[in-house]
Amino acid sequence: MSAAAEKTLQVEVWRGGTDGAYESFEVPAQENQTVLDVVTYIQRNLDAALAYRFACRVGVCGSCAMTVNGRPRWTCRTHVSRVAKNGELKLAPLQNLPLIRDLVTDMTPFFEKWQAARGRFVPGDGPKDRFAQVPPEEKQRADANAAIECINCGVCYSACDVVSWRDDYLGPAALNRAWAGYNDVRDGDRNGILKAVSSGAGCHTCHTHQSCAEHCPVSLNPTFSIAGLKRATLKASLKGELSE
Amino acid sequence: MSPRLYLLQRGTAMVMVPLVIIHLVVIVMAVQGGLTGGEILGRTRGNIAWAAFYSLFVFAAAIHAGIGMQTISREWFGLGNRSATIAGHLFILLLLSLGMRAVFGVYGI
Ligand code: SF4
Ligand code: SF4
Ligand code: FES
Repeated sequence: MSAAAEKTLQVEVWRGGTDGAYESFEVPAQENQTVLDVVTYIQRNLDAALAYRFACRVGVCGSCAMTVNGRPRWTCRTHVSRVAKNGELKLAPLQNLPLIRDLVTDMTPFFEKWQAARGRFVPGDGPKDRFAQVPPEEKQRADANAAIECINCGVCYSACDVVSWRDDYLGPAALNRAWAGYNDVRDGDRNGILKAVSSGAGCHTCHTHQSCAEHCPVSLNPTFSIAGLKRATLKASLKGELSE
Repeated sequence: MSPRLYLLQRGTAMVMVPLVIIHLVVIVMAVQGGLTGGEILGRTRGNIAWAAFYSLFVFAAAIHAGIGMQTISREWFGLGNRSATIAGHLFILLLLSLGMRAVFGVYGI
């Protein structure tokens, strides 16, 4: 047996609901092993009742996020060797979302806010045969491109202090999406996006402290997007375009 | 926070930047050779320019801090939207009355 195969990881896993507790597991260490591999090992070999969520295993679907040693991360692309301290892992569900059980949170509020920020495309009513000309080098297109690749993992939402202080704050992911949508000139109601993000606890509630950008696994910068929304809503508001 | 409140908070911050600098520079220059309370009042009493300067200061600071207090009340003290707004307004009134009392004092009303 090689030295690596003999080694084990000490893994603490959150079990149960909010009144639950950590449970310890020993998992064989591999040279190449993601945090999701560790969770899957536990579920397949040690405790089949462990609840967790994943789908693609390659960093596309955004469903595997958890709190790993205190930080929200996508677990399928997080190598144990990068995050384990002395062979120890502490796995908890994402913060700022209602806990269902074990490592699974209810993402409903996250996606409801996505809708509340008008994070969806609204078609214009122009003739179908007229296409919008969108030069790729245009500033607006570049801004939309920079924000578009979100995988809806909820890592930024879990890392945002303002979300933890105010449960009505729309949060980084929804606002980042709104900014991408606002910069899509084909959208039929871009002003509607500005109205959605400037009422209640919208973009102006952000404290610009960049925790979202620091944690986003695909290196998006929601803080930058939110700053863009602040500028755009301010301009629209001064022109009187945001009044009902 | 609405875009207008946001603008008001950023705007008052910008107004205060030069005011703070002038305030500090004048203090440092004025106390070079030692200064008594009587001498300060001798210069500010009846001086409408200083009264206007500090009135603007007080208004900007009160509005800026009031909006900040509203946010802090919501995020840290867990107040609801209405209570936080009331807390913010009360704080503005408190700072305005304390600040203007001082302005009236040095102007000599
Ligand atoms: S920059 Fe804004 S959205 Fe991002 S973590 Fe901070 S408060 Fe939240
Ligand atoms: S912005 Fe980044 S961290 Fe936030 S949901 Fe999208 S991919 Fe995840
Ligand atoms: S399982 Fe799809 S992103 Fe991790």
